[in-house]
This record gives sequence, structure tokens and C-alpha cells, in this order.
Amino acid sequence: MNAAPQFEPAAGDTVLAARNIVKSYGGTHALKGVDFDIRRGEVTTLFGENGAGKSTLMKILSGVETPTSGSIELDGRPVVFSSTVDARDRGISIIHQELSLAPNLSVRDNIFMGRELRGATGLDFAEEARQTRMLMADLEEDIDPMTLVQDLRLGQQQIVEIARALSVDSRILIMDEPTSALSATEVEVLFKVIRDLTARGVSIVYISHHLEEALQITDHAVVLRDGTITATANAKNIDLEWIVRNMVGENFDLGSPPTGYAFGDVALSIDDVSIADVSGSDRLVVDRLSLDVRAGEIVCIYGLMGAGRTELLECVAGRLPMTGGRVLLEGKDISGLSIAERISRGLVLVPEDRQRDGLVQTMSVGANLSLASIGAFVKGMMLSRSRERSLIDGTIRDVRVKTAGAGAPIGSLSGGNQQKVVIGKMLTTNPKVMLLDEPSRGIDVGAKAEVFRLLGERAAQGLAVVFSTSEVAECLGIAHRIIVMRRGRISAQFGADVTKEQIMAASGEAVLV
Amino acid sequence: MTSASQNRSRPGSTTSSDGFSVAKLLLEGRAFLALMVIILVFSMLSPYYFSLGNFLTMASHVAIFGILAVGMLLVILNGGIDLSVGSTLGLSGVIAGFLMQGVQLQTLGIVLFPPVWVVVVLVCVLGALVGLVNGVLIAWLKVPAFVATLGMLYVVRGAALLMTNGLTYNDLGGKPELGNTGFDWLGFNRLFGIPIGVLVMVVITIIGSIILNRTAFGRWLYASGGNERAAELSGVPVKKVQVSVYMLSGICASVAGLILSSELTSAGPTAGNSYELTAIAAVVIGGAALTGGRGNIRGTLVGAFVIGFLSDGLVIIGVSAYWQTVFTGAVIVLAVLLNAIQYRRRVKLPGSTGGPSTSPQQAGKARTADPAHEKIAG
Repeated sequence: MNAAPQFEPAAGDTVLAARNIVKSYGGTHALKGVDFDIRRGEVTTLFGENGAGKSTLMKILSGVETPTSGSIELDGRPVVFSSTVDARDRGISIIHQELSLAPNLSVRDNIFMGRELRGATGLDFAEEARQTRMLMADLEEDIDPMTLVQDLRLGQQQIVEIARALSVDSRILIMDEPTSALSATEVEVLFKVIRDLTARGVSIVYISHHLEEALQITDHAVVLRDGTITATANAKNIDLEWIVRNMVGENFDLGSPPTGYAFGDVALSIDDVSIADVSGSDRLVVDRLSLDVRAGEIVCIYGLMGAGRTELLECVAGRLPMTGGRVLLEGKDISGLSIAERISRGLVLVPEDRQRDGLVQTMSVGANLSLASIGAFVKGMMLSRSRERSLIDGTIRDVRVKTAGAGAPIGSLSGGNQQKVVIGKMLTTNPKVMLLDEPSRGIDVGAKAEVFRLLGERAAQGLAVVFSTSEVAECLGIAHRIIVMRRGRISAQFGADVTKEQIMAASGEAVLV
Repeated sequence: MTSASQNRSRPGSTTSSDGFSVAKLLLEGRAFLALMVIILVFSMLSPYYFSLGNFLTMASHVAIFGILAVGMLLVILNGGIDLSVGSTLGLSGVIAGFLMQGVQLQTLGIVLFPPVWVVVVLVCVLGALVGLVNGVLIAWLKVPAFVATLGMLYVVRGAALLMTNGLTYNDLGGKPELGNTGFDWLGFNRLFGIPIGVLVMVVITIIGSIILNRTAFGRWLYASGGNERAAELSGVPVKKVQVSVYMLSGICASVAGLILSSELTSAGPTAGNSYELTAIAAVVIGGAALTGGRGNIRGTLVGAFVIGFLSDGLVIIGVSAYWQTVFTGAVIVLAVLLNAIQYRRRVKLPGSTGGPSTSPQQAGKARTADPAHEKIAG
């Protein structure tokens, strides 16, 4: 990267212009006609909530995905990126949110993966190592080129990812949440590198959930909401409040907390629970956390990525071991029980990742729905087809799954209906406490509202509901109580009358007050 | 097609993918079609092939592989593999032979001659124990199934060789005065003109079919093979299921070992060498996916018949043993190739929509069903 980048003179200020970009996944529109400009030598930050379409837009600009319709102009000429390699050859590279490194290879091999330097005899490893060392020096990181990536801590791995993007002399560099695992000093170094790059005419697109941090570095702000650009402005003219206001906007009505009944006894009691980090560091992902949930109550857990929400819910459900504390269900200690035993006592989890943890793709809609409650239709040794049938049909009606029939393959359903199957499957076990990890992830607004309405109905019948979310707007729907988690602890508790700004402030996303 | 979903789609209920077409029918029933072609071709080539007597003889050959394949199917549905069944078959025969010679209890100075039914039970327990070791290694100690059962393949074969010093038990008849006659019944007798071995296969097939389609265990097996994480979160005892399938596979191998040594009237420690591969081939030809969750007994049985009828047919028309091997291999590859086509079509089904954040998961889903991962067979 020390060699001067070979830039063609850009036509005017705008290096890349995306026009009217639409991207649909089946029936869901992730982007609805977006215009996006990248200006030469400037940092453009894209703000937006989860699911607003930020990552999708960046994937399109970097050739990972092709738009459903719309055009991209590079230096005023229309281009179509056939692949990431194609986009990289044209000077666009991306640092992904999820690391895309091979952990079994060295830092050097990762940085030059796919574009190894040829020497007289095979590969020029010495030159690769030299360039790697220079990149690391630029990033002020003391990592030997031959270190295996798996031996680095997460922050250092992110540095390697950044170094790889820098090593190709890109003129447009997209950074999707580059700082999520970095320490404060590492972030400062990264910002210095970004300023160096922009001074040399490189354009940066920056995405971050840490609004303040992003506001420090950006020249230009673009806000995306529900697949449309809602606002653009120069950084010097705006403040955090402006960003939050445009990010959140007027929301689709996600309902209100069910009322007209009194909460029952404490159904779930999380008592001083700690969970160790699976990657082996001494950090606790959940740190001595306590929480009581009453029958009929809906509790929302808000937090940024890495706040420990998923770990907490998986631990309560019995999937993850805890390192301290206990979990009580209706006053009885269930800490040592298996997942199956917890389900039979009335504690169920709807996992975050539907495809990986929620559904059996090889089975039909019906078989998925009845999987958790097989005991309810076993007669003697045999399954009773008729009882199963009526159970499945009842659940399909109850949770309003739109399917061609119980025998349809589960893959034929839309994301929202798949989610209803996962929820319906757990509801047929007649639970007392239902945990849902990001139940709205990857489903459209209509399905979201239906899912929340369903949870509201069940809560009114006495079900204790705990759901997690990373979208502020969802906290303000049906939840009676909002818990904000930050670094494994509860940083604030609110009633249903809280504002979005208060929640975001407590999560560490933005400090407004 | 998984039998679970097949049984569920009643006639009249229109599911989006169940369009009726000849091509689809041929693809789904390809193993059966292959069997018909094999019978037709060999019947034309040899006058001896198409006769009840020959079919029954071939069926009794098929029985050994068929029984092994039913056990193997359970393991493969779970997403595993059991390479130890051939060795378990061999050891079972040797143990049966050993028990038939009488067990000397030196401290008491007596020789026990267990009756045949006790021998059968003990041998089946042995098979279950081998399966238990496999299952514990795989489910609890997290050894990959391929490696664990490969290790057991050697250990069990070695044990069989050690028991007899490499020799063969030739006297399995028992003596009337000791009350342990009747071992040859399994391999030689017929009920209603049908060899006992074939009847045992039929019984095991029916039991297997009931387990898979009508019991909670069967549903658990399909679920944990299709997506272990989802099954576990739904309260399925995935580890128990995993251990159980290896135990059932071991029992099937023992039963096959008993029938084989009875048919041969001798029990050699090298019996059943490489039979595990034939069993895997039968399961694969029968349409099961090596990635787990997909397959059924009917297909597996037809798969076993395809292999058995093909190789016996080649013997009857006098094709050399070397060519037989080539033909069998070609049939297996062809079957897996067709599996790949079938499952690729299924991945491309319309729907599975989701927001942008689900797209990496969809890629993951496609990967689980990727037929390219099914290449270990053969």
C-alpha cells in the first residue's frame, strides 16, 4: 500500500454512483430504489438499524450480490460487477462484518489469499512477508506475518482483515462494522489509517453501530431505513440526535403491551447467572445477571451485538453451561437439567438462527411443527397419525402459518412463516416461559407484527415471554418491561413508556443526555 | 423423499412440489427401475435366471446385505456411517462357533453347551456392545463416526482372528445329546418354501419400517439426522438416538453373521470382509443422503436387491469376477449421481425468502443439502 495508488482521474467529485438500486429476496424487499454516491477522498458513513439494508447495499457495491434492478456507475461509466474479484480488480474492496479469514493459515497467507505473489521459483514468500510487515507497521500492530490467525485475539483478527483490504490498493474501501471487536486504541489507529487513506484520495464507506465513533470520522452521512434513504447530510451540519431521528423514524405499529389482566407469580427467575466466554478468554459474556419474569409479562432484552443476549437465553434454555448462578422455573431450580427436561417443565427457546437451530430442512412443515411435542401423540409405542394430524392442523391455524399443507417442504415457506413454524412448534409443548432470541430477524414488517401479536395473545393467557432484539423500535411494541444489556450486564430497566433515545443511550450506542 | 413427508401428503392435498410427471416418477423410483432392467436383461441373456428357484437363491444372498443395509440406513439417516459392520458380522460368526463348541469353565471343571437360542441372544448382545462402543465414541467422546467405526473395523476383526488363531470353526451342528442342535436351521431351512434368511430379512425390514415411520424414535432419528441442533433444541435426546442407531446396526450385523455362518456351516474370522461397503452402497442406491435425514427402508431394500441381483446375474452369465466389480462400482456411482440431481432440484425450490440477514444462512442450508458432500460412498 506504500506504492502510490494508480488512480484514473475521477469525473468530478463522485467516484461511484449507484442509481435506483432494488434488491429483493423472494417477497422481501431489502432495498427499495436506493441512490448512493461515494465521493472521492471522503468518508461516507451509512447509518441505519439492523435490517435497514446497509449490509445488502454494501454487498451489491462490492460485487458479493447482484441487484434485482438498478445501475452502478464507476467514474461515470456504467459497470456490472460479476464477482468480488471483479469488483476488487476495479478498485473496490470490502471488510466484512463477519471475518472471512482462514484460521488455519498464517497472517501472511491470509493477506495474500487468492492473489499470491509469483516469484522466480514458485511463490515469493519473502516479498509477501515483507509487505505484510509493512501493513502491520502502518496499523501499529505487532503481529508476526507467520502467526496463525487462530492464535490471534478477535480484535487482531479484525486488524488482519483490514490489512488485507488495504493491501490491494483499493480506491474505494468499504468497512462494515470494522471496529466491533477493536479496543479504543486500535480504533484510534484505524481512524488515523483512514485519514491517511482519504488524504491520498481513497474513498471510504463506513458502517458502524457506534454512532458517536462514526460521527468522529465521517465527512458525509447517509441514513437508510427499511430499504430507502431517508436523509443525507454533511457531517459538520448534523449531530447524533439528527441521526437517531432519521434512523428510527415513524414506525410500523408493532402493537402495544397487552393489558387488562394482572401478572401471575414469578415464572422465570434468573439468579446471579454468569457465563464464560467460549473462546477461552477470562471475560464473562454474561456477568452476574439477575432477572425475574412473571407469568403474563413480556420482557424485551435490548443490546448491541456482543452484549450477551444470545448467550443468556441459550444458557437459560440449557444449551450453554453457566459458570455461576442458577435458573429457577416457578421457584424450582432447573440449573442442572437438560434441554429436553426444561422443555417438559415448560421452558422453551426459539433460537436466533432459524435455519441452523430452528428447523429441520429435510422434514415437512407438519413434522417440524410436531417435533417438540411427539410425546403428546404417542399411543403405547406408536405415533398416532390422527392425533398428530389434528395437533398440526390446530397449530397451523393458531399461529396462522401460510402453507400449501402440512406435507409441504419447510423450505417452501417464506421467512416469516418459517419463523411462525418454529414458534408454533414450541407453543404446542404448552410452555410457561418462552424465550425468543431475535424473533424478528430476517422477516418482513407484516410478519413481524403478526409474530408480536401472537406473543401478546399468549401472554394474556399467562405465558411469560422474554424476547431479545437489536432494533430499538421493537422494544417499544408489546413489551411491558425493557431490559438493556451491555457487556453482559443489565445497564438499565425501563417501563413501556421509555423513549428510543433512552434505550440507545443505555446500550452504549449513543450518549444523548 | 423422506418417508415422513411422503406419508404425510395425502392424496388430494396439494403440496407445491408434488406435481405429477413421468420424469419425476422415474427419478424417484430409479432404484426400482434399475432392478426391473437388471431382471429383464439377465432373463434374456440366461434361461436360468428367471425362475422362482433362482430368485429364492439370489434372495438368500441378498438377505445378508439387506439386513446389514437396514442397520446401516439407520446410521446414515442419523448422518453417520458404520464401517465396523463387516467385522462385527465376522466376529459374530466366530463367537457363535465358539459357543457351539462348548464353553469350558476350568474352575468348575465343566463344559457348558448353550442351546442355540442362547447362542443367538448372546451374539446379538455382542453386536449391540460393539455398537455401544461406536455410539459412545461418537456421541459422547466426539470422535468422527468415520474414524471411530474405522477403528472398530480393525479392532473387531482382530478380535475375531485372535479367538480362533485365524482358523475356522467347521462344526456348528451341535449334538442331540447336548441339546444344542439346530444352528443350521437359520441357513438351510425354509418356511413355506422361502429360505429362513430371507424371512429374517423381511421381519427386520418390517420392524425397521415401523420404527422409522410409526415411533417417536423414528421421528427423532429423521430430525436429528436432518438438523441435530434444531432437534436438540426441540427436546430430542440426540445423543441417545445416536448411540441407539449404532447399537441397532451392530445387532443387524450380528444377525447377518449368524445367518451367514449357518449357511456356510462354518464360522471363519475373515467372513464379511468389506461387506460394510456393500451395505453403504445399498443404502445410497436406495436414495438415502449420506448427509443424513433423507432415506427410507423401501429404497434401501431395493438397493440391496439391485446389487445382489446384478452380481448374481453376472455370475450366471459367466462374466468374470473382475468385471462384476467394475459393474457394481458403476451402478453405485450412477445412483449417487442421480441422488445429486434429485437433491439439487430440491434445494432450488421456490420460497425460503427472508430478509438480507438470512442470506448467509440460506447458503449454509444449501451446503447441508449439497450432494457434493456425499462422495465417500464406494
